[in-house]
Amino acid sequence: MEAYLKTEDLAVGYDGNVLIHDINLRLEKGKILTLIGPNGAGKSTILKSITRHLQTISGSVYVGGQGLHQWQPKELAKRLAVVLTDRIRPELTTCAEVVAMGRYPYTNLFGRLTEEDKAAVAEALERVHALDLAQRDFGALSDGQRQRILLARALCQEPEIMVLDEPTAYLDIRYKIELLDILRQMVREKGMTVVLSLHEIDLAAKISDYLLCVKGETIALWGTPEEVLQNAAIETLYGMEQGSYNRLFGSVEMPKPSGDPQAFVIAGGGFGIPVYRELQRRGIPFATGILFENDVDFQVAQALGSAVVSVPAFEEMSGEHYEQAARLLSRCAEVIDAGTPVGKLNALNGRLLTLAREKGIPVISMNEDTAC
Amino acid sequence: MKENTQSLRLGNPGRFWAVMALLCGLLVLTLVLNVNIGSVSIGVDEVFSMLWDGLRGNVSSSTESQILFRIRIPRMLLAAILGGALSVSGYLLQVFFRNPIAGPFVLGISSGAKMVVGITLIFLAGYLGSVSPVTLILAAFAGSLLITALVLLFSQKVHSMSMLLVIGIMVGYICGAVTDFCVTFADDHDVVNLTNWSMGTFSGASWENVALAAGLCLPGVLGALALCKPISAYALGEGYAQSMGIRVKPFRVILILLSSLLSACVTALAGPISFVGIAVPHITRSLLKSSKPAYVIPASFLCGAVFCGFCDLLARTVFAPTELAIGTVTSIFGAPVVIYMMVRRKQQEV
Repeated sequence: MEAYLKTEDLAVGYDGNVLIHDINLRLEKGKILTLIGPNGAGKSTILKSITRHLQTISGSVYVGGQGLHQWQPKELAKRLAVVLTDRIRPELTTCAEVVAMGRYPYTNLFGRLTEEDKAAVAEALERVHALDLAQRDFGALSDGQRQRILLARALCQEPEIMVLDEPTAYLDIRYKIELLDILRQMVREKGMTVVLSLHEIDLAAKISDYLLCVKGETIALWGTPEEVLQNAAIETLYGMEQGSYNRLFGSVEMPKPSGDPQAFVIAGGGFGIPVYRELQRRGIPFATGILFENDVDFQVAQALGSAVVSVPAFEEMSGEHYEQAARLLSRCAEVIDAGTPVGKLNALNGRLLTLAREKGIPVISMNEDTAC
Repeated sequence: MKENTQSLRLGNPGRFWAVMALLCGLLVLTLVLNVNIGSVSIGVDEVFSMLWDGLRGNVSSSTESQILFRIRIPRMLLAAILGGALSVSGYLLQVFFRNPIAGPFVLGISSGAKMVVGITLIFLAGYLGSVSPVTLILAAFAGSLLITALVLLFSQKVHSMSMLLVIGIMVGYICGAVTDFCVTFADDHDVVNLTNWSMGTFSGASWENVALAAGLCLPGVLGALALCKPISAYALGEGYAQSMGIRVKPFRVILILLSSLLSACVTALAGPISFVGIAVPHITRSLLKSSKPAYVIPASFLCGAVFCGFCDLLARTVFAPTELAIGTVTSIFGAPVVIYMMVRRKQQEV
């Protein structure tokens, strides 16, 4: 398939100093590409080079089959629209007027809006659920509303490709999801191509067709979210020395408490997660088990627990696992029963509980008494 | 969808025309008062009959007629045209800096024009005998551009609005110092010219000056009107402006040239006039409740004409026969508006 956006050996940077080089991208029409990477990695630099806000240093960028710099500014504006991080504060300007600016490349010399233009403005406002804001002063909006209006302005430009620099930066979670959902809709319905940068790796993985990781002087990784988002890749990308990233959950965990385990958590079936998190908050290192490796608790236990006794998925718990757990348990000052019901397959966990009582290790049960 | 289109209102033409009508009314009133009032009071009916005669080509040689046609009418026209030009010049600077407190006077641009005009008056007048208004305008234009370039250079380093203002005022002081320095070493004869002029006054108005002002300022204002579309997009910032297809660099150059041309005309023909460039566009925007350039530019021009006409009336009548400098009067009305704007902005930021 023909690439709508293509870069060849692109080098970008400021004032002739190369920041990132050898950028080779291909993005087909109707796909979403998200740039992720740590702060200051040069995500914005790449985006600004694609939107012509920054001179490229070497290499070339093609948009819609033509070199970026061969486009007449007005013709390019009919194809490429942007949402920037610039904080703008036009005075005494209504939201409808801000959105109507998007019609700039289509209106005559004096900027007269035709009925068609007005319809496009109304449609864009409707799409971002902001028709009720039309007559409000732009300066008086909240960050979330403002971003929606700026998105509507870009939509109103009827672009084939939209470039958004950290569009979710000031938004709360509800607006983040709403905004990304609108982008997805535009891609589905109008075949729009989208390039954006995001801080939220979890959201990036969920909306993007491709991810691009920027780190150091070159592109660290480039591919589908599944290819790119291996747990370790993300930790290396962001140079995360503490905490961890979980690919399955697309979530980030705080660093695990250090030291020998002081508590043993008998868990499983999701009952363990709140306990692990609470222990992490209090800085108490813990061991946990016996968990099946396809158990949700296992994902978090791996990130937060000092020691995890686990059984491969769909295998049986064996005496070996019990011995391992018993050794860890007897060295702990207390045992926490997360409240997981004991059944046929995890009967050994029941035996661990009995063992703790026999040894006189205090058992805190989350079953009856949730306040621990 | 149809409903949405109909309910979607962009701009408020009704309000615009109401404001324009109000300003036109006030302008007529100011013009009539200006012609009417003075050391020799001429009745309104007399004014109109003389005007009527004048239009038919027979100007009587009576004193009243002389006062009317030689002094008052050119003066009020000059005040109106230059007041309007100054307001539009200020507005363009505000667009350029995206800062409502920018204006030719506070940014030191008027002082720069004054400096170059002063130097021209002192040194060239000695050689040439007299200096034509065109030379003065060119000198003022050169001075305006020089200081604008300087302020631009600094504005790349500082991004805060108040710092820009401080720099403008400092640059203004430096220009003032240079002017004073020249005055100290100049002949008394040349200095008299300069002092009169530098206080700012419309009193030297002649038909020649009016024609010159109209010939330069009206095309300048029309030029600004032709830029309405990019100006409105530029309000969203350079990044967005460029993404919508504006060639930002040439646009900025044209803005500065237009603004400097307009303020240079004013400075050359009437001396530095303070605060009109900020206060009038602000008042206009508040009246219109809109920043739409297609509304603000014509309304600012009218409002500036009214404002300066009114201030000139006060300047020459309040302490008659002593005449106040026009800058004194405009400061009294203009500076409080600027203070109000700064205080209000500060509150918004917090």
